Amino acid sequence: MRYLPQTNAARKEMMDSIGVKNVDDLFIQVPKKAFIKGKTNLPDHQGELQIERKMLAYANQNINAQSNRFFLGAGVYYHHVPSSVDYIIQRSEFLTAYTPYQPEIAQGTLQYLFEFQTFIAQLTGQEVANASLYDGATAMAEAALMAMRVTRRNKICFGNDIHPQYCEVTETYLKNNDGNSYTVTEDPSKITDDTACVIIQSPDFYGKPHSYSDWRKACDEKGALLVVVINEIVSLGMLAPPTEADIVCGEAQSIGVAMSYGGPHLGFFACREKFIRQMPGRVCGETVDADGNRGFVLTLSTREQHIRREKATSNICTNQGLCALAFTVHMALLGENGFKQLAVLNHERACELADALIAIDGVSLKNQHFFNELALQLPQGKNAGDIVQQLADDYGIIAGYPADDRTILITATEITTDNGIKALANALQEVL
Amino acid sequence: MTNLAPLNDNIEDTMEINDRTRGLNYDETLLFEKEFTDTPGVDLPAAKGIKSRTGQKTREKIGIHQVSEPQVVRHFVRLSTKNYSIDSGFFPLGSCTMKHNPRINEKVARLPGFAHVHPLQPASTVQGALAVMYELQNWLAELTNLPGVCLTPSAGAHGELAGVMTIRKAHQEQGNGHKNIMLVPDSAHGTNPATAAMCGFDIRVIPTKETGRVTVEAFKEALGDGKDVAGMMVTNPNTCGLFETDIAEIVDLLHQAGGYFYCDGANFNALVGKIRPGDFGVDVMHINLHKTFSTPHGGGGPGSGPICVAESLKPYIPSPIVVKDGDDYRLEQDGERPTSCGRLKGYQGQFGMHVRALTYMMSHGADGLKQVSEDAVLNANYIHAMLKDDFHAPFEGPVMHEALFTEKYQKENGVTTLDIAKGLIEYGMHPMTVYFPLVVNGAMLIEPTETESKEELDRFIAVMKKLASDARNGETEKFHNYPVSAPVRRLDELKAAREPKLRYKKDAA
Repeated sequence: MRYLPQTNAARKEMMDSIGVKNVDDLFIQVPKKAFIKGKTNLPDHQGELQIERKMLAYANQNINAQSNRFFLGAGVYYHHVPSSVDYIIQRSEFLTAYTPYQPEIAQGTLQYLFEFQTFIAQLTGQEVANASLYDGATAMAEAALMAMRVTRRNKICFGNDIHPQYCEVTETYLKNNDGNSYTVTEDPSKITDDTACVIIQSPDFYGKPHSYSDWRKACDEKGALLVVVINEIVSLGMLAPPTEADIVCGEAQSIGVAMSYGGPHLGFFACREKFIRQMPGRVCGETVDADGNRGFVLTLSTREQHIRREKATSNICTNQGLCALAFTVHMALLGENGFKQLAVLNHERACELADALIAIDGVSLKNQHFFNELALQLPQGKNAGDIVQQLADDYGIIAGYPADDRTILITATEITTDNGIKALANALQEVL
Repeated sequence: MTNLAPLNDNIEDTMEINDRTRGLNYDETLLFEKEFTDTPGVDLPAAKGIKSRTGQKTREKIGIHQVSEPQVVRHFVRLSTKNYSIDSGFFPLGSCTMKHNPRINEKVARLPGFAHVHPLQPASTVQGALAVMYELQNWLAELTNLPGVCLTPSAGAHGELAGVMTIRKAHQEQGNGHKNIMLVPDSAHGTNPATAAMCGFDIRVIPTKETGRVTVEAFKEALGDGKDVAGMMVTNPNTCGLFETDIAEIVDLLHQAGGYFYCDGANFNALVGKIRPGDFGVDVMHINLHKTFSTPHGGGGPGSGPICVAESLKPYIPSPIVVKDGDDYRLEQDGERPTSCGRLKGYQGQFGMHVRALTYMMSHGADGLKQVSEDAVLNANYIHAMLKDDFHAPFEGPVMHEALFTEKYQKENGVTTLDIAKGLIEYGMHPMTVYFPLVVNGAMLIEPTETESKEELDRFIAVMKKLASDARNGETEKFHNYPVSAPVRRLDELKAAREPKLRYKKDAA
């Protein structure tokens, strides 16, 4: 077996040193009934070639976005990733390192986390950011829990059309404790004295950008926090940063990270500096070493489970390290001009896609304003789910996400081509 | 040649020469401290000038730094040289299972049919991805003998959350919602009590101090009449590297009281392919794919922490799971299993990690995985046997896949666990896990894994013996200075926490 370096001679020698005759003598503490007896239903080991063939066959059963007939977004976006990104994240020193518990030999990881936190803070217009969370949905759930800790209240308000899976995850986290609850309202005057926070997504699930001043005012009046969720982070190259918010969190997969059928992705979390001791997740901070030279460490660990145990702010003990690195490398390559340019290209492609689609009879846009995702309204009597399925089955087009009976969310990014837009418009016209 | 500009005599004054860069040791500035270039490290097509339809004022200045591609590549490559990794050497971090990360896993996960598929595509267009998840569910069920598998949790701690929520939901559905106490031994990972608290449980601690194990007596005392006890969270083998010998009797008592046994799967590498947790009474267990099944730790993630549960808990696990209808695979639909404790993550889990783990399982097969646990346990016992004269071993062997020592002997000469850890760095090795578990003073938890040869183990043993001998000889001062050869010296963690500086700011630079 190629991953096992021990020789039989070495095993024998080691057993002699330990003073046992047989490896099973080392397992004497384990009850007999728990040992696997005889053959299992699992196959024996295979070589690389056999496995590559098998996995390639699985991969080839999927329609992938490289077909250029791909318009699905709804929280996960297909963007181009520069070659340097994958090259760097596959460097052994990054790929096969552990969480930086020994900072003297983990400055590489720690410094890029510090740079990651800086990028997130700059993009979101917030004062500080953590070293990432699992994904956008859990980041939003953690934001809700943090708002409840800060305000000592237990009611959450969903203020607009938020990604439904984000709401489901938040609901799952909330119902762990009796007394927690949430309401849904788009009216800022409806929030009450026991509201811990209002959560607004922008662009919302239907692709519409929002501003926050009414909500900010209402939150200030009631003492609630304002949480802004962003799941297309490229939008921050065109839209104003949510500086009014107390917490900004969401999904940063768009920069540097593959869609990968849902994960690993990159949750991010930024907030005002005064809340850092209530922030969930790992945080990297700057300090000095014994010679007075700059260095970085994981810090504020007194919030965390390995110190605080049941009183910790969260049970989290990892971040999405390597995805945060991919993001940081991609952001470094984009820089100020590249990032803004990327956002403009996304928006322009979406404008062109919108024009091509609304030329079809009976089709309209739910929102006139959008960034890179359109909410397309189908004619009466047409079902969004059926149309999406038909476009996939008959045309090999992944057209979008059926958000409700008559609405398909359709996305354009810098990858979208003229031919792709034409193919979608023609196919849609035919099936309607 | 006469046209060359004269060399600036003052170049050393105008350019700062960094005295920390020598030979192959680089001092590397922050990205943001490099010269701002005119053009970025990407070339994108020009915009067409289409009028904005965002309905909002377009953001003008963001304030992001800008450098070229060669500068970016060099920056990150230089940073990488400051990291220790499993590919560079022995990494005996206890409870973390730092084993070899095969590259075929990376190659397969990057196939366009896996990397470039979207989680919300119609099921008919992702049958291969669903088949991978279904096959992984089956492997895990078979290896644990726990038939219900949910792959969505993103990491070990997230798996714990999934498992404890499953227990909570089961009690609620069965009319036992009053059960609000979770039993947790004092040797447990911090995530165990933190998770139980997140799920609204009160924690009752089971003391393990004297034997390193949960005894029937200590368990009975913690259980009391058991009326309010929802379950017990135990790592087995435990964090002292020992198998819980009384587990069968303890689990019987727990089950009689109507509690569930949550087993923390952090130490599954000691059992995989040889022993099945479902056969020693486990009701629910998370599996760290990034430990036992070799997906890379990536400097702290992404991980993946699926849970496996007994038949009795199957109705309550988080959704969605992958189901097979005839020849077709699909995800459970929303609300399809109303008893589910809910959705825990966007989409269906860290799929890229599922691909890697399945690739690894197929590489080893049933035969190879059995050898994995046997070699992991043999290696740990070898270290335990070879070092127990030099370092205090608080508990008798045989141990499972990790060996626990303490600083007791060295402390007499003023040398602590931290000093020994930093000494290992000085000798070019990654330290073991230190000061965990908390049940002994100055713990050193060593997990060699199965992917180390005897030669590598002997090198580590030799260094540890040298450190022990230096401590015996009273070379205390030397220890307090370690490390001197690492990219940085010991860091001031107190300052980092007292004056938090969590991002770069131009003014502050």
